[in-house]
Amino acid sequence: MSRIDSLQELDVRRQRLSQRKENALRTITLCGGTGCIALGLPQVYTAFEHEIQQRSIGDKIRLKRTGCHGFCEQGPVVVVLPERFFYPGVQVDDVPAIIEQTALQGKVIDDLCYTDPVSGCKVAYEHDVPFYNLQERLVFRHNGELDPTDLDDYIVRDGYRALAKALCEMSPEEVIEQVKLSELRGRGGAGFPTGLKWELCRQSPGDDKYLICNADEGDPGAFMDRSLLEGSPHAIIEGILVAAYAIGARKGIIYVRAEYPLAVRNVNITLQQAREAGLLGANILGSQFSFDISVHEGAGAFVCGEETALVASLEGMRGMPRPRPPFPTQSGYKGKPTNINNVETFANIPLIILNGQQWYRAIGTKGNRGTKIFALAGKVRNTGLVEVPMGTTLRQIIFDIGGGIPGDHEFKAAQMGGPSGGCVPAQYLDLPIDYDSLKEIGAIMGSGGLIVMDEATCMVDVARFFTDFVQEESCGKCTPCRVGTRRMLEILTAITRGEGRLADIDRLEQLGEMIKQTSLCGLGQTAPNPVLSTIRYFRPEYEAHIHDDKCPAGVCQELITYRIDPEVCTGCHLCVRNCPQNAIAGEPKQPHEIITDRCVKCGICHDVCKFGAVVIE
Amino acid sequence: MAETIAAQQAAAQAPSEADIEALLDELNVSSESNLISVLQDVQARFGYLPAPALEEISRRTKIRLSRVYGVVSFYAQFYTEPHGRHMIRCCRGTACYVRGGQRVIDAVKAELGVEEEQTTQDMMFTLQTVACLGACALGPLMVVDSTYHGNMDPRKALRVLQMYQEDSG
Ligand SMILES: Cc1cc2nc3c(=O)[nH]c(=O)nc-3n(C[C@H](O)[C@H](O)[C@H](O)COP(=O)(O)O)c2cc1C
Ligand code: FES
Repeated sequence: MSRIDSLQELDVRRQRLSQRKENALRTITLCGGTGCIALGLPQVYTAFEHEIQQRSIGDKIRLKRTGCHGFCEQGPVVVVLPERFFYPGVQVDDVPAIIEQTALQGKVIDDLCYTDPVSGCKVAYEHDVPFYNLQERLVFRHNGELDPTDLDDYIVRDGYRALAKALCEMSPEEVIEQVKLSELRGRGGAGFPTGLKWELCRQSPGDDKYLICNADEGDPGAFMDRSLLEGSPHAIIEGILVAAYAIGARKGIIYVRAEYPLAVRNVNITLQQAREAGLLGANILGSQFSFDISVHEGAGAFVCGEETALVASLEGMRGMPRPRPPFPTQSGYKGKPTNINNVETFANIPLIILNGQQWYRAIGTKGNRGTKIFALAGKVRNTGLVEVPMGTTLRQIIFDIGGGIPGDHEFKAAQMGGPSGGCVPAQYLDLPIDYDSLKEIGAIMGSGGLIVMDEATCMVDVARFFTDFVQEESCGKCTPCRVGTRRMLEILTAITRGEGRLADIDRLEQLGEMIKQTSLCGLGQTAPNPVLSTIRYFRPEYEAHIHDDKCPAGVCQELITYRIDPEVCTGCHLCVRNCPQNAIAGEPKQPHEIITDRCVKCGICHDVCKFGAVVIE
Repeated sequence: MAETIAAQQAAAQAPSEADIEALLDELNVSSESNLISVLQDVQARFGYLPAPALEEISRRTKIRLSRVYGVVSFYAQFYTEPHGRHMIRCCRGTACYVRGGQRVIDAVKAELGVEEEQTTQDMMFTLQTVACLGACALGPLMVVDSTYHGNMDPRKALRVLQMYQEDSG
């Protein structure tokens, strides 16, 4: 690959690429994200390759693997260009028909089309799918379009133009000013103003400065950073480069979770491409600016997402946070000024530089500009990644875009902000959400994890679940977090076993406040949030566990039993055959019965029964 | 019981001193090395971190052995014992949990007769749980080696296990 040594050369290259004639009749794009791969994309891809080869139509039909489309529930997702025919859940058997009818003849295949769960209508084109067309995809704009490991594919979409503009037309101070005026806030959780952080780091004395991209994404349920790194790695690198120029950093590190092998792979490939093209390394784009980036894989510890713990981990030590100040912008990696930003934060930078801060400020609400990507998961029809302007309501995200709750179940709460966040009840479905509004109701934006819960979710159990998580992930350095979360867990476990006492609720609240106020780092300071928010909004559920020994949601194992309703049971034997414990007795065509002593409450009988004869009490 | 057999197996599989020396030479391990990167590389080669390797790493990096162990035990990714032929990783993350992830984990445990972080007696499976695998939209999620199995329930999970059991006869 030839080097690009100036703004002009980049422009020439882009123009040449955009004038490149498309010889192919149609292009079949397949989503190559982790979700679609899990659902069988590699086999489907091979089947397409095979079919194209067999028919010798390689000159007419192009096959392309793109980044994650974000509609993970529906994978493997296939989109046929230029019309943008949209086929979800494609199987190997569908491949010949798609080639014959859609790719060659341009006809839509009704049977393979997406059915909108809300209206029940078939949708032929990607841009008509409500999940997509109600979103505002800016950061995500290229993810489903480009081949993430093809530099030219990014350049032709204005790739690295923001970097060129910054390097050739703006001083570092002007770049910082633009980012400050854009009011961009860090997407890693705390929402700290990005421009201000850059300025502080630039003003820190010393020439040796580091820049770190935080791709640890520890919040279980959030996966936007993974998707961005897999699908738009060049855009992240461009954002990092602009930041490095603004701050005056010499070396960058992308700290990525080891659980994201595809992201690591794609980032490494693109770094190499950028280096070969002169976009990384010495004298970037022919300028005086030199900068390089390396990748560091995490080793599996949630607390390492916290910035001071991350730095300790990078230095090869246990990932223990330390008190701030000094902030990393003053003394971070190797004791040098270090600027740490989240993946999604960096992904916003090229947009701001290229389109200007005024354009950016037109999106979102006052003090909360731009879009936010939410990872929609849990009990919702359309799970996946949703990018919307700040200030969108939960109802729009969960019901309009997410298609609502599956089955005939009801919305109960949305858990936002992961282990540091809280549960938002139905009464706030119409609240415009941003960093500030969520804080007021006891939740946080966090990294944008949004887990929907229905009435079959027990809120006491959820509180116990999160407390168990933070208790396990607590690094153990400070006592309030180490011991306090353990005490909370003991109390919560007792309640879910029906061994709670009424004073426990008050004790949880007191402990929670104490841990919040006295813990060393953000992990402990926010750890009680899931407990406090569930007590705040779902107190009667706690009381039902304590007073009546009942779990209203039918979740807490010690408080439920499975029983077969003899009136409903047809004796079909399905549960008997599936019970791994041989805990169901009964002759065929006679009502069955559960042998309580043997039952481990795995719930398989409840899952398999076609008649709803297995009841939870 | 599971542990004693695992220990015997460990002895059988353990790399020799020469293997360890050769790898550490190859990695150029010195007091300049980043401990975590060294541990990752060693584990990538041997599948786990054998005790003699940790001692040698401590010697070469001049980092006290207790500190080396401190780092090893801090991070979930490091193992000090060899694991089974197939690594089962079940997600215990929130998105998977609200869709019944714990029931999947319980079913796998009951089927294999192991707890988290343990290996079956026949060294076929090691069960691990992880905080999140980043494919939350497909929860509950179970990853065997590097193959993702989405939308699991206890019954499907047991079927997946069966597939691997049959495969290896
Ligand atoms: C326990 C804990 C875990 C965190 N995990 C992450 C994470 O996974 N990714 C991330 O970007 N920030 C995480 N943060 C926030 C970082 O400390 C830091 O604020 C952030 O990376 C700064 O980037 P931003 O300004 O772009 O948001 C975490 C904080 C705490 C207290
Ligand atoms: S919560 Fe299970 S994969 Fe993320």
